[in-house]
Amino acid sequence: MTTPILSLQNVEKRFGKNHVLRGVTLDVAPGESLVVIGGSGSGKSVMLKNALGLMTPDSGQILFNGEDVTQSRGKTRARMRERVGMLFQSGALFDSLTVWENVAFRLVNSGIVNRSKAKDRAIETLSKVRLGSDVADLYPAEISGGMQKRVSLARSIISKPDLIFFDEPTTGLDPITADAINDLIIEQVRGLGAATVTITHDMSSARKIADEVAMLFEGKIIWRGKASEVDSSGNPYVDQFVHGRADGPIQPAL
Amino acid sequence: MSNASTRKRGIPNPLAWIGAAALGLFAEIGRLAVFSARVKAAAFTPRWYFGQIWKQIIQIGFYSLPVVGLSAIFIGAALALNIYQGGSRFGAEQFVPNIVVLGITRELGATITALMLAGRVSAGISAEIGAMRVTEQIDALESLSASPYRYLYAPRFIAALIALPMLVLVADIIGVMGGWAVSVFGLGFDSTVYLRNTLDFVTRNDVLTGLIKAVVFGAVIALMGCYQGDKSKAGATGVGRAATLSMVGAAVLVLASNYIMSTLFVEFGL
Repeated sequence: MTTPILSLQNVEKRFGKNHVLRGVTLDVAPGESLVVIGGSGSGKSVMLKNALGLMTPDSGQILFNGEDVTQSRGKTRARMRERVGMLFQSGALFDSLTVWENVAFRLVNSGIVNRSKAKDRAIETLSKVRLGSDVADLYPAEISGGMQKRVSLARSIISKPDLIFFDEPTTGLDPITADAINDLIIEQVRGLGAATVTITHDMSSARKIADEVAMLFEGKIIWRGKASEVDSSGNPYVDQFVHGRADGPIQPAL
Repeated sequence: MSNASTRKRGIPNPLAWIGAAALGLFAEIGRLAVFSARVKAAAFTPRWYFGQIWKQIIQIGFYSLPVVGLSAIFIGAALALNIYQGGSRFGAEQFVPNIVVLGITRELGATITALMLAGRVSAGISAEIGAMRVTEQIDALESLSASPYRYLYAPRFIAALIALPMLVLVADIIGVMGGWAVSVFGLGFDSTVYLRNTLDFVTRNDVLTGLIKAVVFGAVIALMGCYQGDKSKAGATGVGRAATLSMVGAAVLVLASNYIMSTLFVEFGL
């Protein structure tokens, strides 16, 4: 059996009295596209931040390629992060840097290449997400929200990572731009052969990019199956969420 | 209903309130101490982002020159007027240049500069880092294998340590010249005599104590800005609150550390 590239085992996280993750267990195989769905406040972003090492779980284990990285810091953590990309919900582009400096940040920061070569690589990667070299010297505030997402996507794939996290990649975009982002994710990620973990509540996005779908509810994975099975899961929570009904076991977050 | 439960639900127990406030204060001091230690560790060990440090020296030092210069000239001028007015009560008007240069170099040059920078720089750093925190830019930095302590906080800390003494030196010169201008053009002092008295009276220790204070004030201003920004809560209110807290905290700590340092300088005869 192949070692999962990412494995969360019984991960728990609390913030004061708020018990957000209550034992999340999840495996992601190399090259697999897993989409985690769940309502607002279900703990999706917290799960992702724990997996990426931006937060430390209160208990449980996180394994990256079989290596325990739950409490890792310093070089071990840096080694893991070199092989991981992340597209943040807000894009999280550095507003004091130009578009190409954002895209090439990892290359320049790690000293892999000099600035001139890094700029060439950034422009090449921008072309993969359908952005021309004319945007390279602009600042993030000077481009649209959809373009910012594409720049962020370019930043997450430039170092050819083995695993990419997508946090609500289509949130805040119009349906056409959202679909274009989904296409780019599929095209670029398949091209790299990277595994992906996407968290979203956009079901059309989930159906399009997922090999498998898992549902997080009240801090636990309550269902996991193939993307083609999500509409006939037989799980009342998944059914309610997938069909966007107010009536059902999940109470609307009002 | 028992008395105990009435107290629990109704009137707050003052001892419990004081206890909670004290615990909160100690916890905050502890968090600030740990944060400061991590920033200092990042500032004094490689790797250094020289581009970021230079950018911050320009931001903190160069762009603060107008506000520091204007503040210093008015403080120096007002100081000369007040010393002249007070000194004239017992025929000591001639000491205006001596007291102006002493007051500016040992005390006011550094303190006024630091207070102005608590507003301009500490609040600015805090707002910038707070905005980066709430827009996930700091998380993005970490995800790209860059430490925010090395990339964001240490450059601001180092830049403040370098820029503050330079600004204080400028404030000292401009402050003394403010006193000179008022004395010569308003109070009838002879220009050459005023400047000669100033230069004869001021000692290296007077200037040095002001510069030592400036280094400490620089550390306080940068650390408070970075700390409050780093723990900023989401939203415009959170970032605004962080900016306010950093400014107020930096100003209070500048004044408190100024008193402590002045005491030590007197103790050691500096």
